[in-house]
Amino acid sequence: SENSSSSSSSRVGTVGAETARATMVDTESLGGGAPRLKAGEVDLGTSIMAVAFNGGVVLGADSRTSTGTYIANRVSDKLTGVHDRVYCCRSGSAADTQAISDIVRTQLSNHATELGRLPAVKTAASLFQRYCYEYKDRLMAGIICAGYDEIEGGSVYSIPLGGACIKQPFAIGGSGSTYIYGLCDSMWRPDMTREETRNFVKTALSHAMARDGSSGGVIRTVVIDKNGVDRDFTPGDKVPFSF
Amino acid sequence: MSSVGSGYDLGCNIYSPDGRVFQIDYAGKAVENSGAMIGLKCKDGVVVGVEKLVMNRLLMEGSGRRVHPVGRHAGIAFTGYVADGRAVVSAAKSEVENYDDYYGVDMPPHVLTERLGHYFHAYTTYGGYRPFGLATVVAAYDNEKGEAFLHQIDPAGTHYRYHGCATGKARQAAKTEIEKLDLSSLTVEE
Repeated sequence: SENSSSSSSSRVGTVGAETARATMVDTESLGGGAPRLKAGEVDLGTSIMAVAFNGGVVLGADSRTSTGTYIANRVSDKLTGVHDRVYCCRSGSAADTQAISDIVRTQLSNHATELGRLPAVKTAASLFQRYCYEYKDRLMAGIICAGYDEIEGGSVYSIPLGGACIKQPFAIGGSGSTYIYGLCDSMWRPDMTREETRNFVKTALSHAMARDGSSGGVIRTVVIDKNGVDRDFTPGDKVPFSF
Repeated sequence: MSSVGSGYDLGCNIYSPDGRVFQIDYAGKAVENSGAMIGLKCKDGVVVGVEKLVMNRLLMEGSGRRVHPVGRHAGIAFTGYVADGRAVVSAAKSEVENYDDYYGVDMPPHVLTERLGHYFHAYTTYGGYRPFGLATVVAAYDNEKGEAFLHQIDPAGTHYRYHGCATGKARQAAKTEIEKLDLSSLTVEE
């Protein structure tokens, strides 16, 4: 039988009663390759970040969703609520992250019903991690889970591609984040106020959006504290920094 | 009082005409006739004690534990059929471990108690099973509330939260003594 086209292939033949059979070897499916977006799949290219302050967190994201070079949605909302005081920033495959956050939202709701009170952010992060790790070879999802709970106050958990879960004072993610590591490290200070934190997020994201082709559009921020969730929107022409 | 079952006590799946499930009542009898168990919620924690009736002088000290940890923040004690207690402790340990693994936080006292209550109750709904002959006390620390709580579960699976509770032999005398205490001002040591 003829080989159809594949990334790499090798032939194995045996002489004798058995007929020679061709073996196709595809390095990607052997687990040597990282999960990749399928052809035509929607990509949350993205710059996302979340920063904790005393009494809450600020989450921020750009708004560009692309399929290849076409921007499918220039005003998308990558900040997704999973409970009253817990949100997540989504990056990677739009489909994967939506599916995961939908499941986590349901589970958190059931958990909170049994618990009789607001869940811990750690619990939400733990649930996200469960899926991101167990299905790591089938998903492409980089998630930052952040929110407010009575025990810890504001907390931020970063759950990157492999499914590790790391608690951090602030976390950045998405393709655009690579351009702002230095900026964030130099700008971040402990014990910032709510407004200082929001400005830090907006400034850092605008720098990422300026340099990363997969990030752009508007800046959405969400501030979560004991009293509630406050959404903010910065149009593309009003961002703190652009070329 | 020994009530005449007359056929209505042959299984858990049978009500008597006056609306009782006799098997559960009989399970309660197993508890009433066993060693006393006392729980007290004090100012700074919960204290639980169980009377261990030692039948045999050759018994090695420390064997036949009645109070068990089920997590780093929770413990349960039981009185009644001791063998049933082992099964419940085992189930509780799994529940607590699974909860931590899944939700990343310590299982709060009221959730652990409800789950055990469901477990007890499940065994009262089948004709082929018998109820646990146990009263179980759950003492656990609630991370968010910042204090420990005391719960007790009876063989039917009903559970309540207590300031102080007593079961087993001489429970009436124990309850009388407990009611005299001002638990909110006593420390665990005291």
